[in-house]
Amino acid sequence: MKVILRNQGKEVELAGRRRVRELLSELGVLPETVLVIRGRELLTVDEVVREDDVVELRPVISGGRR
Amino acid sequence: MKCRKCGGRAVLELRRHNTAFCADDFLAFFRRQTLETIRRWKMFTREEPVLVAVSGGKDSLALWDVLVEAGYRTAGLYIDLGIFDYSRESRARCEAFAAERGARLVVVRVAAEVGAGIPQVRDVTRRPACSACGLSKRYIMNRAALEGGFSAVATGHNLDDEAATLFGSTLRWDASALARQTPVLEASHPKLVRRVKPLFRLSERETAAYAFLRGIDYIVEECPFARGATSLTHKEVLNRLEDASPGAKASFFLNYLDRARHLFQASEAVDLRECARCGQTTTGEVCAFCRLADQVRRAAGPTGPARAEPTDPPALRGLISDLRAASEIHAP
Repeated sequence: MKVILRNQGKEVELAGRRRVRELLSELGVLPETVLVIRGRELLTVDEVVREDDVVELRPVISGGRR
Repeated sequence: MKCRKCGGRAVLELRRHNTAFCADDFLAFFRRQTLETIRRWKMFTREEPVLVAVSGGKDSLALWDVLVEAGYRTAGLYIDLGIFDYSRESRARCEAFAAERGARLVVVRVAAEVGAGIPQVRDVTRRPACSACGLSKRYIMNRAALEGGFSAVATGHNLDDEAATLFGSTLRWDASALARQTPVLEASHPKLVRRVKPLFRLSERETAAYAFLRGIDYIVEECPFARGATSLTHKEVLNRLEDASPGAKASFFLNYLDRARHLFQASEAVDLRECARCGQTTTGEVCAFCRLADQVRRAAGPTGPARAEPTDPPALRGLISDLRAASEIHAP
């Protein structure tokens, strides 16, 4: 599967299928900080991402103040 | 995972509510939360014109979308910070959003008010860009709403923003910042307009999901000056807590409002007067915004792109008729 890490300008290729929960944990991403997008749909953590899927991890954190 | 309402396929899990929703039921939940917040906190009525401060990001556009859909009298205010491609792209998104909905958008350029965009202001003041940016936005929002005859300014601040601000203020035990942090900042002076945050009960992930599911084309890229900002570190810490203990962020902020804020309010009595230069409120002789503009003007020298006269109130002049027309609009 191809995982697009939006805002980091990075793409990661992973072999095999796995649940979103496992995918996020493998990449060290907290579920609260991203939307997991496949095509035009949002995925919950129990959904399975298949080998030939492309998913985007879109960060939801914004704003800046010092 | 199944939608708790209809049993269909869920698209979003809300762990702090121990629930999950399909797209339609989530959108309904989001709208209900926003509109109930507006009503319960008496933020504004359907008759009052509201100026929605939009940045092109997910939160402010999601808020404007809910208000337009619900038939509120709104106009958008986009403050062009002059931050290179980031500002160009975020402005284009606000303009497209407004055009699609037949909504009114007023654009104010920081460069026209202060004499330079935020990147140059940062160089001149040698302070972090976020500080001049926040000061300019608060000033312009209030002034635009006041001169345009709006009853309130609504911003897209969400639960994560509020929890992170509270966290930062608490780390410093900044009593006056703690006293000022509220979803409804009432106008405590005739020259101030009420400021409200209708999304304060909704998390950042919920506003992002709403914007995505509604097909709102928002700017995902972060402001280049926000990198490394302390508030982002605070958000990260809070998200770790949230992961270990769902509901931590909401509990931290909402219980502050319920149980602790009044303790700080008692100590916060500020004597406001009008700035000798522009007439907006200040605690001193000349307000911080006019002092910032002076600093930029001095740095630019006699040939610099400064505001015409030091004694002039900042422009907005060419925009007042636009703003007044915007506040007179009726719900679509």
